[in-house]
Amino acid sequence: MTDLSALPPASALPGCGSAAPVLRERGQREVFCGLTSIVWLHRKMQDAFFLVVGSRTCAHLLQSAAGVMIFAEPRFGTAVLTDRDLAGLADANEELDRVCVALLERRPDIGTLFLVGSCPSEVIKLDLAKAAERLNARLFPRVRVVNFSGSGIETTFTQGEDNALRAMVPLLPQTQAKQLLVVGCLADVVEDQLRRHFAALGIDPVAFFPGRRAAALPGVGPGTLVLAAQPFDGETVRALAGRGARPIASPYPFGAEGTTAWLAAAARAWGVAPERLREVTAPLAARAAKAVARHRDRLAGKRLFVLPDSQLEIPLARFLAREMGMALVEVGTPYLDRQMVAAELALLPAGVTLSEGQHLERQLDRVRAARPDLTVCGLGLANPLEAEGLATKWSIELVFTPIHGYDQAADLAEVFARPLERRARLAV
Amino acid sequence: MQLALWTYEGPPHVGAMRIAASMRDVHCVLHAPQGDTYADLLFTMIERHDRRPPVTYTTFQARDLGGDTADLVKTAVAEAFARFAPKAMLVGESCTAELIQDQSGALAQSMALPVPVVPLELPAYSKKENWGAAETLYRLVRTLLAGRAPAPGAARPARSGGRGPTANLLGATALGFRARDDVVEIGRLLAELGIGVNAVVPLGATADDIRRLPEADFNVDLYPEVSRATATWLERAFGMPYTRTIPMGVRGTREFVAEAAALAGVDPAPVLARERPGAAGLSASQSRLAWYARSVDSTYLTGKRVFVFGDATHAIAAARVAAEEIGFSVVGLGTYAREFARDVREAAKRYGVEALVTDDYLEVERAIAAAAPELVLGTQMERHIAKRQGIACAVISAPLHVQDVPARYSPVYGFEGANVLFDSWVHPLVMGLEEHLLAMFREDFEFHDAAAASHLATSGAAAARAPAPAAPAWTAEGERELAKIPFFVRAKARRNTERFAAERGLATITVDTLYEAKAHYGR
Repeated sequence: MTDLSALPPASALPGCGSAAPVLRERGQREVFCGLTSIVWLHRKMQDAFFLVVGSRTCAHLLQSAAGVMIFAEPRFGTAVLTDRDLAGLADANEELDRVCVALLERRPDIGTLFLVGSCPSEVIKLDLAKAAERLNARLFPRVRVVNFSGSGIETTFTQGEDNALRAMVPLLPQTQAKQLLVVGCLADVVEDQLRRHFAALGIDPVAFFPGRRAAALPGVGPGTLVLAAQPFDGETVRALAGRGARPIASPYPFGAEGTTAWLAAAARAWGVAPERLREVTAPLAARAAKAVARHRDRLAGKRLFVLPDSQLEIPLARFLAREMGMALVEVGTPYLDRQMVAAELALLPAGVTLSEGQHLERQLDRVRAARPDLTVCGLGLANPLEAEGLATKWSIELVFTPIHGYDQAADLAEVFARPLERRARLAV
Repeated sequence: MQLALWTYEGPPHVGAMRIAASMRDVHCVLHAPQGDTYADLLFTMIERHDRRPPVTYTTFQARDLGGDTADLVKTAVAEAFARFAPKAMLVGESCTAELIQDQSGALAQSMALPVPVVPLELPAYSKKENWGAAETLYRLVRTLLAGRAPAPGAARPARSGGRGPTANLLGATALGFRARDDVVEIGRLLAELGIGVNAVVPLGATADDIRRLPEADFNVDLYPEVSRATATWLERAFGMPYTRTIPMGVRGTREFVAEAAALAGVDPAPVLARERPGAAGLSASQSRLAWYARSVDSTYLTGKRVFVFGDATHAIAAARVAAEEIGFSVVGLGTYAREFARDVREAAKRYGVEALVTDDYLEVERAIAAAAPELVLGTQMERHIAKRQGIACAVISAPLHVQDVPARYSPVYGFEGANVLFDSWVHPLVMGLEEHLLAMFREDFEFHDAAAASHLATSGAAAARAPAPAAPAWTAEGERELAKIPFFVRAKARRNTERFAAERGLATITVDTLYEAKAHYGR
């Protein structure tokens, strides 16, 4: 495992956040479980099917998180355990094989089947790794079966993506070639933009993980530089390091500053001349800065409270504080992966309260006491807080909207400015 | 193991949440892992509740298993009681906690809280949401009325002098289809009869409202999926009769008025006399449905093919309104509520169709495609199915979407409810004159088949239809002729013609075959 924090910081910008004390809490959490990641993972990897082995609750969660059912026959589903499956595990295994084979017969377009563990499948110790082995013996190479856990007793929300990618790491072909590997699920439009930036910098080849097809796996090896685009893919980055790749520590590409720092980290690691970096990024950063400036007036000086949910909280708080001038009251995160956010913590303003984990009621007491101008929270909490007179931004939008990179910086700012803009407009 | 892509019902603990979220002073503690809090958003987003559902989750993690998960239950119950000061508590488990067998309900009862604690058993691997709601309401009512039932065989105490007859409205819950407005509409209707509403349970109720239930003369079993178990228990234990009629549509409402009046011992004539179906003029009718349906512009509605699917209560009542009050032809009827399958099967016989009882939406999709209806009355799942198949659709039942919770008053029960049904079912259809014009000017560039009804904003382009395997081949000429048939009946015509040809062993379908088939099937 490579110690990311041992790498030189990506940016020389000052900050005292890394030393800030962290409030650790335990109690009710109002967060999604890792299964929710399937909602965007299946859109990205268009040849993959995600089969949750779980309960009716899992199926209901996915359908509720997906919000509207826009897909004719979605590429995700749930093998719902019934009393009979609980009575005999041997039968449960046979049943699972039957469901998978029937599913794949109906969907010949599927090249990769993800078996996704859930709370119930883990508690009854249904061995999905064995199941994947069994099914691969039968179905590979037409279909590859991969398993990972999205259970709520093990994962929160975006950790599902980390587990899915982590499960694919052993499958990546070995390569000695020098390449940049960008890790984290990104919207196709963002991926295309970033490819253009890397090309302009002379960084080539660049691979994205996950790609648009689950079957098209990038290579990995000692010549591979790993650049994380999402702060929650820590286990995947560490697994890639285990395959010989070298992770690059950096802030994340949110906002003009974050994107420049991210590209700069890649450029430095690749050996791009500083002048070239400046030439490429300066006009892009200027364009992004101009675009976000429109939202700065709305956000500057406003007080922000971030409840834990998407694991994007720390990078986004950095962007909102440094580029939008917001004051941070409290920044909560489901768990703090210091390796992955070291460069971000260094950029947080002094005096910010960081919290890890959650005791929902006590945290809401703090929200009510602080009466922030904007609270970032989950969908279950947003309307009740609005009814208490507090403006909110629901965090799930942050994983369903393209927000990375220069040309999405203004969109990202607007996500936070819109609730305030809306309140300013409404006279009822 | 059953493959589920989309589901009609959530797990049974979501049913328990619907009871708690409906009430004002009841709190629910669920032994559940993180992630199960997703269910909060059903209430705060779909129904736009302005408060969190009164539910506390223990949030156990993998590292707690085999350790102190039982302590987590006690801590959560104690903290919830101290913070929210509920008048009664429900304690249950979600699917995962059921497996670790902490006996949460018994644990909570052992804490000797100064309020009633109702332990819930919600078998997550065999039961579903509506069952969970019914079971929770039943357990809560039984607990709060414990020891209050008269001795078996004892007569019900007479209503005290001077008090008029009253009824309880049972079964309206959060996330119930139009429940918010239905209870208002039925309350008004009863008031017109001189019957007061003693309590509405559980929507907007307190624990004390439940304690007052036996004071009413009878119960209105508004949503049997949720309230039948409670209504039958109240009948057994307290001798309270309950209504069997669902007051949906003009006829259903009239029958309900008669039934309620009989149970209360009041005269229904004044209310019913004002409601003479077919009598011209708005003053004669409390509902415009009867007159609108007879208005000549509604002629085009005659025999429109309608497919009905939903919970049993709404599906059965909607089919009846469709057939008897609007003049549609019911070509399919089904439900996902297996507990009420028998009622739906009986109703389906009246329309000469076989009831579809399933919670597999792909099966519903296939049944709709096969029936080739012109209108689908269903849940939000059928809305998506219908959209893909290019068929008009109106929602009549949960599960619902945010757009099924309108800002305006829009009940589906009672006389006003009948008006709402007429509007919301007729609106998605192509209107009468437009239908004629489409047939006359089918080659017109702005008026072609793929364009949606002109009063609807979004296009509902008819889905491309793959010919059945081994179907007789259409001649080019035959295809051209088929294209001249209005698109909303074309799928049916194609199917009938292909069947006609296949049955006669014809290899090709010509213009003649098309018209022979048309003559054979009559439409």
